[in-house]
Amino acid sequence: MGLTFAEKLLASKVGRETVQPGQIVEVTPDVAMSHDNAGLVIRQFKQIGVKRVWDPSKIVIPLDHRVPAESTKTANAHKSIREFVKEQGISDFYDIREGVCHQVLVEKGHVLPGMLALGTDSHTTSYGCVGAFGTGIGATEMAAVWATGKIWLRVPESIRVDLRGRFQRMVFPKDFILFLVGRLGAEGANYCSVEFHGPSMADIGVPGRFTMCNLSMEMGAKNAVVPVDAVTIQFLKGLGFTTGKAFLPDPDAQYVRRESFDISELVPQIACPHAVDNVKSVDKVEGIRIDQAVLGSCTNGRIEDLREAASVIEGKKIHPDVRMLVVPASRSVLLEGIKTGVITTLLEAGCVLVNPGCGPCLGAHEGILADGEVCIASTNRNFKGRMGGAGSEVYLASPATVAASALKGRITDPRKVA
Amino acid sequence: MKLKGKAWVTGDDIDTDQIYHGQYLPITDPHEMAKHAMEYVPGMENFPREANSGDLVVAGKNFGTGSSREHAVLCLQYLGISCVIAKSFSRIFFRNAVNLGFPVIECSGLPDSVKTGHVVEVDLESGKITDETTGESFQGVPPSGLEKEIAGSGGLIEYLKRKAG
Repeated sequence: MGLTFAEKLLASKVGRETVQPGQIVEVTPDVAMSHDNAGLVIRQFKQIGVKRVWDPSKIVIPLDHRVPAESTKTANAHKSIREFVKEQGISDFYDIREGVCHQVLVEKGHVLPGMLALGTDSHTTSYGCVGAFGTGIGATEMAAVWATGKIWLRVPESIRVDLRGRFQRMVFPKDFILFLVGRLGAEGANYCSVEFHGPSMADIGVPGRFTMCNLSMEMGAKNAVVPVDAVTIQFLKGLGFTTGKAFLPDPDAQYVRRESFDISELVPQIACPHAVDNVKSVDKVEGIRIDQAVLGSCTNGRIEDLREAASVIEGKKIHPDVRMLVVPASRSVLLEGIKTGVITTLLEAGCVLVNPGCGPCLGAHEGILADGEVCIASTNRNFKGRMGGAGSEVYLASPATVAASALKGRITDPRKVA
Repeated sequence: MKLKGKAWVTGDDIDTDQIYHGQYLPITDPHEMAKHAMEYVPGMENFPREANSGDLVVAGKNFGTGSSREHAVLCLQYLGISCVIAKSFSRIFFRNAVNLGFPVIECSGLPDSVKTGHVVEVDLESGKITDETTGESFQGVPPSGLEKEIAGSGGLIEYLKRKAG
């Protein structure tokens, strides 16, 4: 019987021919990522009583959630992290200048095909965009990984999603993954490995795949992956990285669920308050007044996303009642945006530029919503009060829909603007 | 081991931001953390003030969906909540709870007749849940295998220490 991506990769990590869904395997990760919550990991690590981390070369720590520090508490936590990485010889530490953890790990080649990546962040599923197995864990579990180099994982069941056709104009991978989360529901992929396949994948680059794997978390996925293909190889070679080891699922692999979609029929999608699976087509909610628009995050803060928004906004003005925040996912994205004039286009239209990082996505700083305010964002969560007051609302959509809505001051289908 | 306490009943898809909002993540003081437990869950605004040590949270499906933040478990633990019973749990929340030595019991057949204020007893060994107010009993999934070993040690850190010692 054939194996899925997850079965093949986990079997290889334990040196076996095969593993079965439901089986518990003890594995050593190829990379262990923590962000600002490394502060909590350090506290737990010290309680275990082990002096040195198992392998400092496998640990990567980018600071991104609250950068620069917005409070004394955060500043103290950042300081403890800086001291710890020096003391332990962890050289892959990215201080506040670099950007959102997941973007940085992919950009810098810390995750490559075939790797097993653990992160103290739920959106660690993103790493499937380059054919890696990425899954999120808590801080205590990461402390145990730092101490022992090991973690137990349950081999997940797999869900196969096939895409055919091509996106219409102003429809993007974000629209597809929102549609899928709406279709499967917030726990539709709980504990499962999600695989994306089909002829459309040849047209969807690594940035779009990143968005799809990232948001698969919002249907509960343990990991999500686009199996390595020519697109992955070209992306990695373009950045000068090695191409790792591709674990390709067998044609006769067993899936607990199969879904197949013709994406050429898809129209712009939007997740309405207060759940990511509360998804509608944008035309169903057009006209809702917005106070803030956010373009950024690990989900959609890449140069392709900024370009997509700029193409809608170019030569126009942001609605006077809207605050549109642009948060590049990384320093490299920001630099590229400056060099290519994309940032100029956005600023001339009236956008506000925020430093690379998580920005207001998790309601920590840099764009908190007042009670009663409405925001449209290219980010990943719209839970009640996520971006501020318990009485605020967040709608999630593609960068193009965010941009079109920011121009009109109301939720707007981007096909009507650009 | 049996746990008994007053139930606080809440609904489906209670997410990590509702359980413990992102703005409070830098807090490290347990007492402070407990003050914000379930703050964004509609109807549970008084929970941190009115919950007594030993009370239980009873939830619908997909409890703890969202972020990997352990604070979502810690705030309940620090408040003195003894256990969460849910129709189902989000993956990372469940894992965090086990690793932090916080009892969680899945019970897919949990009926809606369990109401806030009912006295509920949970047998962690057998997974049997009893609503003493109505007299009804339901079968939950008791911990087994590695999960039971970690839970039995009081969490992952204690488990590792025990293994090393």
